[in-house]
Amino acid sequence: MIFSEVGYFEPWWMQLAKSLVIFLVVFNLVPFVLLGERKGLGRFQHRYGPNRVGAFGLLQPMADIGKLIFKEQFRPRGANGWLFAIAPVISMMCAAATVAIIPFSDTVDIFGTKTGLYGLDPSIGILYAFAFGGIAFYGLMLGGWASVSKYSFLGAMRAAAQLISYEVAQGLSIVGVVMMVGSLSLVDIVNWQGEHIAFFIPQFFGFIIFMIAGFAETNRPPFDLPEADAELVAGYNTEYGGMRFGSYFMAEYMEMVVVSGIAAAMFLGGWHGPGPDWLGPIWMLAKIMILICFFIWVRATLPRLRYDQLMSLGWKVLLPLATLNVLVTAVLVVVW
Amino acid sequence: MADPYPYLPDDSIVSVQRGPEPGGIKGVYRAFGETLRGLKTTMARVAEGPVTIEYPEEKTPVYPRFRGRHKLHRFEDTGLEKCVGCSLCAAACPADCIRVVAAENDPDDRVSAGERYAAVYEINLARCIFCGYCEVACPFDAITMGHEYEMADYNRNDLIFTKEMLLAEPILKVPLRNEGE
Repeated sequence: MIFSEVGYFEPWWMQLAKSLVIFLVVFNLVPFVLLGERKGLGRFQHRYGPNRVGAFGLLQPMADIGKLIFKEQFRPRGANGWLFAIAPVISMMCAAATVAIIPFSDTVDIFGTKTGLYGLDPSIGILYAFAFGGIAFYGLMLGGWASVSKYSFLGAMRAAAQLISYEVAQGLSIVGVVMMVGSLSLVDIVNWQGEHIAFFIPQFFGFIIFMIAGFAETNRPPFDLPEADAELVAGYNTEYGGMRFGSYFMAEYMEMVVVSGIAAAMFLGGWHGPGPDWLGPIWMLAKIMILICFFIWVRATLPRLRYDQLMSLGWKVLLPLATLNVLVTAVLVVVW
Repeated sequence: MADPYPYLPDDSIVSVQRGPEPGGIKGVYRAFGETLRGLKTTMARVAEGPVTIEYPEEKTPVYPRFRGRHKLHRFEDTGLEKCVGCSLCAAACPADCIRVVAAENDPDDRVSAGERYAAVYEINLARCIFCGYCEVACPFDAITMGHEYEMADYNRNDLIFTKEMLLAEPILKVPLRNEGE
């Protein structure tokens, strides 16, 4: 049974090289996002942020990660050891796997080999990201459950509830885009935007709902209920330390890159922009960076929601709005 | 049946003032607008720029009457120490951190202007609370509070300042600001 047409056309060595490049780019993007967040938050609060390690504090993430790697690995007595160890890996792997579908450019010639500047372009396209987004929550839930701590457990329950509340609205928010293009593939969606118009204009509400749900999906403020440090210590990662905590942390930032990448591809026109064609990947990166800055800006602005507010926002506001958006788009697509 | 709230007369019950109810299209619109207003507020903070004083490189100037590390003084013309070893500072000290051992001056090789001088004058800065009572107690203005405040050290013994250290000019000048500035 075939679930999805992937349609590889590159030779095997190019696929290997692509996967390496994707991992390198994303794992190098994470420290930058980390530093950008700390420095950005500093500016939002009238301070400089880290500027001591290296020139302008550029080596601060390296110092942080170095510290985390050399810390002792510990786990609470009674914790389910295997699940406790595997949970951060699930989070990290899912975040990294989703990066594969973010398209940086259309098919290009690299030394005479036709190569798509994306990991893969499955026919289920955006659903791939949703599938891995769903699995990523297993990392949070298993981690919270396996560490036999009430705070971790509460954080994990919140993560689960948040997931079902926001995946629905997020899924519906992209249906409008998919209907207008007639394809789930991100490459097709970006190409459509190149021929017509970037989707954030015709699908404005879809874009807003996608971004709000994206904040919830990545557990970023104002929806960081699973790790609400005021009441849950640190939520699902309370009992984690060292690089296991670091993996959760990196996964969160990678998810941020992923959501920004998907939003940039689906709503902001992907690699299309003024200038020659070879600027495409740079345009894509720039759009991702702008969205990440927006994530940081929102974190500096909004306080954390109360839990019932989070739930009622998801079910009573976002879901009806997303449904309405889908209905109106469907009618317009048929009438036009 | 008994009155459930016998202690509450009716007119003392006031209705609770609540904020606008969330929900509804109006609520969504309001929340969206308020969010934008919040985003504008935080961005304005970025435009104002940081107010940080980057401490080890930049220092906040201290006021002239700031009570920092003590100084012992000499007469400017003769170079003799002002301290005559009277131990009034040690008596005034509430933290008991000053130790003075007085000795007779040799008339041929005077150390201080008076009959006696302080052979040992030690301040244990680990105990000192910088109250300035020593300065007030001193009849000859031999000890005053200076402006130095960077005295952290790795060893408690290094915090005991001897007479030579207190008489010496401080190595680093502390930036000063004027009164009322």
